[in-house]
Order: sequence, then C-alpha cells, then structure tokens
Amino acid sequence: MDIAERAGNVSARTISEKILSAKAGREVHAGEIAICTVDRVLGTDASGPMAIDYFEKMGGERLFDPSRVLFAFDHYAPPASAKTAAFHDRLRAFATRHGAELCDVGEGISFQLLAERGGALPGSLVIGADSHTATAGALNLFATGVGSSDLAAAMITGQVWIRVPESIKITLTGTRTAFLSPKDVGLALVNAIGPAGANYKALEFHGSALGAFTLEERMVICNLGAEMDAKASIFPSDNATNAYLTGRKVGLASPVTADIHAVYAREVTLDLSRLSPRVALPHAPDNVVPIEQAAGTPVHMVFLGTCTGGRVRDFHEALAALDRAGGQLAPGVQLVVTPASREVADAIRDDGTLARFEALGATVTTVGCGACCGTSGVIPGDGMNVLSTANRNFKARMGNANASIYLASPAACGASAATGKITDPRAERAAR
Amino acid sequence: MIRLEGRARRFGDNVNTDYIITSARKRDTIDEQVLKQWLLETLDPAFAASVREGDMIVAGENFGCGSAMEVAVTVILAAGIKAVIAQSFSRTFYRNAINNGLIPVQCDTNRFEEGDRLSVQLDGAELSVANYTKELTLSGPPIAGVMLDILEHGGLVPFIREHRRLMPREQ
Repeated sequence: MDIAERAGNVSARTISEKILSAKAGREVHAGEIAICTVDRVLGTDASGPMAIDYFEKMGGERLFDPSRVLFAFDHYAPPASAKTAAFHDRLRAFATRHGAELCDVGEGISFQLLAERGGALPGSLVIGADSHTATAGALNLFATGVGSSDLAAAMITGQVWIRVPESIKITLTGTRTAFLSPKDVGLALVNAIGPAGANYKALEFHGSALGAFTLEERMVICNLGAEMDAKASIFPSDNATNAYLTGRKVGLASPVTADIHAVYAREVTLDLSRLSPRVALPHAPDNVVPIEQAAGTPVHMVFLGTCTGGRVRDFHEALAALDRAGGQLAPGVQLVVTPASREVADAIRDDGTLARFEALGATVTTVGCGACCGTSGVIPGDGMNVLSTANRNFKARMGNANASIYLASPAACGASAATGKITDPRAERAAR
Repeated sequence: MIRLEGRARRFGDNVNTDYIITSARKRDTIDEQVLKQWLLETLDPAFAASVREGDMIVAGENFGCGSAMEVAVTVILAAGIKAVIAQSFSRTFYRNAINNGLIPVQCDTNRFEEGDRLSVQLDGAELSVANYTKELTLSGPPIAGVMLDILEHGGLVPFIREHRRLMPREQ
C-alpha cells in the first residue's frame, strides 16, 4: 500500500496503533509521539532502587495508583551480599509506605507474576523497567521495557511518552513438527530480523500456526522480541488467551485485532513445517545456526530457567529429552534449574519433576532470573561452555567473560545435559 | 543551544548495556561515581582509566542494546562523556539518554576514528556533529516533540519537578 492509498485509509490500524490510540485518548499512527496513560507499572530489584532515587529527585510524594504498581525481587533472589540486601530493604520500605504490590524473594519474575495474577489484560498498556517486559504481549497487550527514570515518572503521573511504533507483521504458517520449540521459532526470528531489525518497531503475530502454541509458549516468542530490539511483541487474543485468563483475570479485557488494511513496515513469514531446532552461538543471540552445525560441542553447564525457558512446559520438555538421551547427567555436567515463579515451582514440585531434577544432582535455585545475568545463582568458570534456555549470551552475561554461552530450546538443553555435548533433541533415540 | 567539544572514542556495532557496565557490577552499588571505573570493561579493560572529560563515544549500529538498565547511561555521564554518536541506537538506551541529558546523535559514523576531534551541536530540534579531523559535518534526525522538551529541561527529573505530568510539546 502506498502513501496515497494509506491516506484514503487513515482508520486502518495495527494492534499497536489501536492500543496506543486508546491510551492516548486520540487516534495516533506510527511515527507520532503519544502521551499515554499506563495500566500497569512494573519494577524489579535491579531497576527499582534507581527508580526510587528518580522518584525522590522528581519530588514524588505518592503513587498515581498503588494498585497498578508492582515490584518483584527477581534479579537478586536471594541477595548475595549485604549491599544487595540493603537495596531490597529500601524497596520493601518504599513499597510498604506507598502501598505498591511487593513480590519478595521467592515469588518470581515481574511480568510473569503480572500474567499469573491476572493483571496482563488484552488491550492494556504495561511498562516495566526490564527489557523483557514485552513477554506479556502474548496476552494481546502492549507491554514495553523502559528504564528507571521512565518508571519513576509513570509511578508519579500514570503516564509514559511513546513514539507510536511501526509494526512488523510476522506470519507463522505450516505445521509444527515434533521437538520444535517456541524457542527455535524465536531464535529463527532473531536471526532473520537481526539484533536491531525491530528497533523502534513492534512485532505483531499472525497466521494459521498461532494456535499450535500455548499461551506460555507464546510468551517465549514474545520474550525473544527484545533480542531484535522490538518495542513490543503482540499476539492476537484467542481461545488460548481466554483459557489462560480464566480464573485469573482482574479487570476488563479489551481484545484488539489489526485492521485488514493496516500498514506494516515489513512482513516476515515463517513456515514451521520447514523449521528445525536452532542454537545461538557465543556471544550474540542473533548468531543462530541449525543445531546440526553446533552438535558435538562440549557442554559443562546446562541452565534451565529464566523468563524465556523457566515455565512448566519447559521443565517437562527438558526432563523428557534428558530421559530419552539416557536419563542421567553426563560426567562433569552441572545442571542448574531455576523456575520463573513460585507458581511454576509449585506445579513442577507437585508433579514430581523437581524431585527428578534433584535426584539427578541438579542445583535447584530460588525462583527468579537466576544465573542468567550473573546477579544471583551460579557463575560459570573460565573456559566453560554453558547451554542455556535463556535469551542472552553476551560475553560476561552470566558473570564471567571467559565462559561461552550457547542458547537453545529446553529439549536441546535436556538432551545435552545427558550427553555432555550439544545434542539435537530429535536425534537422541538414534544416539543411544 | 548546546555545544560540546571533544575527541572520539571508537566502538563497533551492537555494544550492549552489559558491555557498558556488567550486571554483576551493579549488584552492590548503583552509584555511577563508583561504577565508572568499570565502564566498557568487557570490550576494553583499559578504557575507563583513559577517559578524559569531554570524550564522546562513537559507535556503529544498535548502541545500547540488551538490558534497559539506566546505569548504562549514568555511568557514561559520570565518566565525563556527554554525547554518544552512533549509526543507530537501541530504543531503551535512547530513551534513557534523553531522560538523563546525555545527547544521542544518530548519524553515519563509518568514517569516524579513535581520537578524531568532534563538536556536537543541538540548536532547537536540529542536531549536528562536526568532525574536524575528517572535515565532515553531519546532521542527525531532529529530536522530536516531548523528547526535546525533556532534553531542554536537562532531563526527565527537572521536567517532572516543574510540570508534575507529561504533556505534548507546545507549538
């Protein structure tokens, strides 16, 4: 569609344009700067203390609406030093004084908790001082990451300024094959779109294959939008959305669909029938190859967890693959297990999964971000190769610049924990 | 009008915020005056000690990608760097820069090299950079709307202190 056509079609809008128009109180289109009212504001123990500093410097006296502000202790759970513990105390005192929702150590990752507690509602606008906040867009909402100063301003005003993004239309087609994880879909997209390919843009998902992914699996795909620098990643609302919200919802859902003639910056189609498991090689999430090309690389640590790969189905798939590949940890492999939230941990405790990991000798850590960004949990040693379900493999990301991080699906991680080398989850039967 | 003079400190593409300051360093403090000793250590351990007041970071594509952590901006400012010139910026870094008064200049940096003598000028919404060493003058996209208001106030803190809310830029 050219500009003239668009001019005759000014009301055709993307999901992002519709949500941000509703929150700006006027019709806005891509490229405009909108002052929007926010529905939810999320802070973490990493971004929160700095947000309190800004809040105080801005002369903040009260939260615009305490029931819409949530702080989660996820990055430093538990605190590993007295100084980190002092950050927690400061944030606890602030949340208590102002009446914000406080999710202390052991509760989980901020936007995961928002979703579990029914606060991630279709049609809403969520900002979080965590770059992976876009994960919540799986529930048909505009969720975006900001820094601590934007968080503080929103805590005071209930507002955020947003340059309305152009959207990239991503169409998933074909049939999902066995062992194809949403992680593989996300890594393939990071590779296709590039680390800055979605900069200032939103990803909007379409296509006949969307129904093949549960709501939790959609969160994995949305999560990896951050590795393309997407401002938001948004799925449509459907039966899976409704099923997830049933029994959780606290507020009114306003599902949003894109207009047929909405204008996109770019369209990308991914045929799942032709997609195979992927691995991101060190030290960039877009450095993605088919797993065959990385197979055989020695693995010293396997990390199952984080906001990408720390949900119930992830642990089930990892354990099933580990069992198919021999059912024991290969000698010299350290397995680290970190559920994304207490709800996830309870579920895998109740069904025996957690006990199996413990029996294998895994290190099971406090729920939250865990070892992902080197702030809590296990730090890999010099020269170690880590295979991880997380989203980032930057050099030094896990706290040691002399370790190498590979990213893959839970099934690939599980299989590789049993073999001690990067293993195609489709091939384990043959390998035994 | 804001005018800055300094020398180029050259980096490449996709400099993520963990490279600017590692997450592990900010567990114990978010005091940028302490953290600045580790600025960009993963890419160049000697960099922090070599920074002079007025230096400007020059980079390639997608500067500041990854985590939205705002210390990545405050640490750069604490080191005495008041502008970053890059082929492109990650959106969260760009926001955080504007909110703290660090000037982000988006322009073609391909010919810029370490040590080039530079001048950055913000005149109204117009942003330009002169590279005296290479005898180049380049313009960046103008800073638009409320972003310019925030930058002119010196950042989001003085802006919110004065206005108590966000509002569209007055014409």
